[in-house]
Amino acid sequence: MPMEAQDIETLIRESFPQAKITITDLAGDGNHWAAEVIDASFKGMNRVQQQRAVYASLKGKMDGPNGALHALALTTKAPD
Amino acid sequence: MSDVTQSEVPQSAASPALDKIREIIASREVVLFMKGTKTMPQCGFSSRVAGVLNYMGVDFLDVNVLADAGIRQGIKDFSDWPTIPQLYVKGEFVGGCDIVTEMTLSGEMDALFEQSGIAYDKAAAEKIREANA
Repeated sequence: MPMEAQDIETLIRESFPQAKITITDLAGDGNHWAAEVIDASFKGMNRVQQQRAVYASLKGKMDGPNGALHALALTTKAPD
Repeated sequence: MSDVTQSEVPQSAASPALDKIREIIASREVVLFMKGTKTMPQCGFSSRVAGVLNYMGVDFLDVNVLADAGIRQGIKDFSDWPTIPQLYVKGEFVGGCDIVTEMTLSGEMDALFEQSGIAYDKAAAEKIREANA
């Protein structure tokens, strides 16, 4: 069952309540998403650390061939 | 000998796949774990990263995770990163497709290769940036 943009945002928001989150359906098929997450907690973290934190918020939804999220392009940064 | 207790090391930390992964990563300066091979990638994200490295003339080892289920899961546990491709430079996890793309476009990948003493074609990197400006 593919995920909706709102579901993805809700999961990320649980871990990053203050973040600016933008979800885009890349292919229009509800299966290839892009998420941009801008959060103050990212300050001082490198991209790997930032994106690990976002992946962790998705609680295994990206795991393996049976994961609900097949493709999620991530962009993360701290606010300017 | 009967009172030897079970090792408390989690199974994943002691798995042969993780040992093999450590060996592979130590064996070459640039290693890409990907779906398919550098000449025949089997996933768009893997293809993008392999394509960038090929285009920039970087000498790298491609490890096809589709050929080994232990490596395929093991590399995710090793890096605590849920997706493939995964790029390693000098034993350090650099990132997946999105990070490699961003770093290539920002010039950070050039800096990383220069710091690490890895040969690459700067003109090719500039061409990628021009094409995506």
